[in-house]
Amino acid sequence: MSTATLDAPAATPAADKLTKKILTADHPTWCPGCGDFAVLAAFYKVLEKLQYPHEKIVCVAGIGCSSRFPYFMNTHGIHFIHGRALPLATGISLSRPDVHVFVFGGDGDGFSIGGNHLNHAARKNIKLTYVIMDNYVYGLTKKQTSPTSPQGFKSKTDPTGSIDRPINPMKQLLASGATFIARTHAAQVKHMVDTFERAILHDGFSVVECLSECVMFYEGSFDDSTPRKGGVYDIIDETQHDVQDDVAAYKLADLPSPGKFGVFYQTQRPTKNALEQKWIDSTQAKLGGVSQKDILRKRLEIMR
Amino acid sequence: MSTATASAPVSSASAQPLRNAVIRLAGNSQDGIQSIGGFLARLAGRTQHDVMTYMTIPSTISGGPSIFQLHLGSGHVLTAGDEADVLVAFYQHSYDSHIGSLRAGGICIYESAEVTEFKTDRGIHHIGVPFTAATIEAIGGSARDRGKNMFVLGLLCAVYQLDKEKLAGIVARQFGKKDESVLRNAMLAFDAGYAYPVGDMGTFNLEEGEHTDEHRISTDGNTIMTMGLIAAGVRYGSAYPITPWSSIMETLRSELPKYGGIYVQAEDELAAVSMTIGAAYAGHLAVTGSAGPGLSLKMEALSYASMAEIPLIVINVQRGGPSTGLPTSVEQSDLMQAIYGSHGDCPRIVLAPQDVEDCFYIALEAGKLAREYSCPVIILSDQALSSRIEAFTEPDLDKHWVEPALDLSDRGADFKPYPLDKVTRHAPPGTKLSGKYPHVTGLEHDEQGHPSGSPKMHTQMTEKRRNKLVELSKKLPLPEIYGEQEGDVLLIGWGSTYGPIKEAVNRLLAEGHKVGAAHIRHIHPMPAGLDRLWAKFKKVVVVEMNDYGLYGHGQLAMMLRAAYADPKIQSVCKTDGLAFRIREIVTGVEKIMSGN
Repeated sequence: MSTATLDAPAATPAADKLTKKILTADHPTWCPGCGDFAVLAAFYKVLEKLQYPHEKIVCVAGIGCSSRFPYFMNTHGIHFIHGRALPLATGISLSRPDVHVFVFGGDGDGFSIGGNHLNHAARKNIKLTYVIMDNYVYGLTKKQTSPTSPQGFKSKTDPTGSIDRPINPMKQLLASGATFIARTHAAQVKHMVDTFERAILHDGFSVVECLSECVMFYEGSFDDSTPRKGGVYDIIDETQHDVQDDVAAYKLADLPSPGKFGVFYQTQRPTKNALEQKWIDSTQAKLGGVSQKDILRKRLEIMR
Repeated sequence: MSTATASAPVSSASAQPLRNAVIRLAGNSQDGIQSIGGFLARLAGRTQHDVMTYMTIPSTISGGPSIFQLHLGSGHVLTAGDEADVLVAFYQHSYDSHIGSLRAGGICIYESAEVTEFKTDRGIHHIGVPFTAATIEAIGGSARDRGKNMFVLGLLCAVYQLDKEKLAGIVARQFGKKDESVLRNAMLAFDAGYAYPVGDMGTFNLEEGEHTDEHRISTDGNTIMTMGLIAAGVRYGSAYPITPWSSIMETLRSELPKYGGIYVQAEDELAAVSMTIGAAYAGHLAVTGSAGPGLSLKMEALSYASMAEIPLIVINVQRGGPSTGLPTSVEQSDLMQAIYGSHGDCPRIVLAPQDVEDCFYIALEAGKLAREYSCPVIILSDQALSSRIEAFTEPDLDKHWVEPALDLSDRGADFKPYPLDKVTRHAPPGTKLSGKYPHVTGLEHDEQGHPSGSPKMHTQMTEKRRNKLVELSKKLPLPEIYGEQEGDVLLIGWGSTYGPIKEAVNRLLAEGHKVGAAHIRHIHPMPAGLDRLWAKFKKVVVVEMNDYGLYGHGQLAMMLRAAYADPKIQSVCKTDGLAFRIREIVTGVEKIMSGN
């Protein structure tokens, strides 16, 4: 069993230096103009900066357009089933403290079919980073209502306009107990890179909702937060907002569209990874170095 | 602690020698009758007796009628017994419901403060004993009725002339961790029961079994399967609580930290299987489990594990279905679900342990096969196996221990996760690769793990996933035939019916029928050439605890008929939620033999 823990960044020899070229795999299958291209580019940039050992990077995804992400990364990658990327990633994170786990997915994966997993991964504070590429629509299945579609949005499943109240991702994540909650925008590359980096360096369950426009099925969805389209990109002023104040974060999350961007909330709480390890350590300390085989042997002897 | 000074009520000189004894304890679930049974079962393991137990638990939170039946024997005990020699009835409802299960001439010991006996014409010997009053008198103070189970244990110890010292030792170890007064009171009640004068019923001397030098252990199927998983190298996994699976996950949760592992209680069944696949992808041997309803919920992910070729162990402790069904009863109705219950063509391995001892070895085999064939392995246990206690030879860990190893070795420049000509061996995260990094996926893919919609590739990959299990079927040993090697009927069974079928064969042989029995542990794939087993029999009767279905055949019988298209394969099925009685099998087989 591996006892290795996370390697310190920037220890990689120059020959193995992670570059965008090394990290690039298949050409993305996304539609031209899709916001997800920018998310991928931003992720390359962050990895170039952090220089984690190449083999220690794992990209995990469920089902959806954005969930094709792992195929475009030349790293260890696993493409799982719809909605269950988080529990899968939990299994990797808890059993392999030496690897960096990144999860990518869309609003359907994260807030609809996998909604409950988001709550539980958050409360358990699993050590991993989760980027939700939110486009307010089901794109892979060609324009159905998503859990984040605004009321009135016309789709194939709501031809006269969506009638259900959408999820507020920031509020839901605050209530779930996530320890790093941020919001960014695929058209704001610098902000996206900075936000990803802070999320990755956070020791705990970090979630970034990244607005990423679907140009095929919901064009113009984020114009109100895109300055070149006449919108306002309003970044949270952390000299005014205490990121450790969950009530303040909740109020920020309640602002009408397009709302604020940046880190809504961040706190330090022991991860499940650390708490489980602590239990292992204290349990093993009591055993005083008995071999594993002898532990089981003794357990069987009790049944004699 | 009270020293045992009381003598047995009747001198052993008059004791009748016995080779078998079936004792049924009937009461409510909080009366501690399971503890009585547990102590006696453990004693059996220590005194070279064989034992098998059977219990029913109400699916209520607390209370409700419950029984514990114990079959002690000097030879090999194969079932918990069709009929009881002794019935211990704590209440009127216990008496009314179970007096019929007592054999003619049997003994009924009942709580005289609760039960009014009625006249039967079956020569049943009734003995009224005030369990509660006598226990309170023995313990004194405000003892109330706690400890009456220990009183009954003492009483049975005297009646069957069991090894009192060893039994007291087992009790002492059980209560030793608790407050001193708990053990003292238990022993006071035990001694009082041991010394209680039961009148002219006499005593029985249960003969010692054959002595062996091997250590024997007594435990239930869920416990020993958990130990098997640990011996197989399982250190990670995740599950969601459900009866009768829960005790495995509880034990893994508390045991695995000792081995540096983690067992996670997930938010639901889908998360549980997903976390387990995550740990398996990360390079570990991992296990998830459930009962039938939970297995249904895991199906999408299990199809993924076949497609992505992920090795993992999935345990299904079957209970009565469909739906919530009978959560605390036994049934074998998940066989088709285990084999086929996912979308798409997704071959996987299905195994079934035949008795409690086999739960250990099937877990070991599941670990080995999962790794060797890189696919999910489902173990079909059941409620009967999960909770019944048997005595058997302690597994030899020097022979069976598997040291878990995370393989991050160099895979070479031409590494492919899904080679068409080899079994998949994944490179877990952390493996440094000189070539391209692999993608593990549930989309149909090429050898590199790239999504592929090519008709040719889908055909080839489907064949690849199928053929590895076809290869496995060729390596599996044919089950041995018990009894006649040719003749009228070959009985075929799987899972926990092993014992009852074997006893039914003994009875049919004694009646002069030419019958044999074969038990299938490898359900899917089945050993190649299985039909050779019944080539020399006129009929094949598949005995299983599930429904005849719309076409008149149980689930394994359907499988066998589909695979071998042999009309001589027939079924004896039942769905009453109880383990097979020997006479039910005998009657069923005789009916088929007579052509009705």
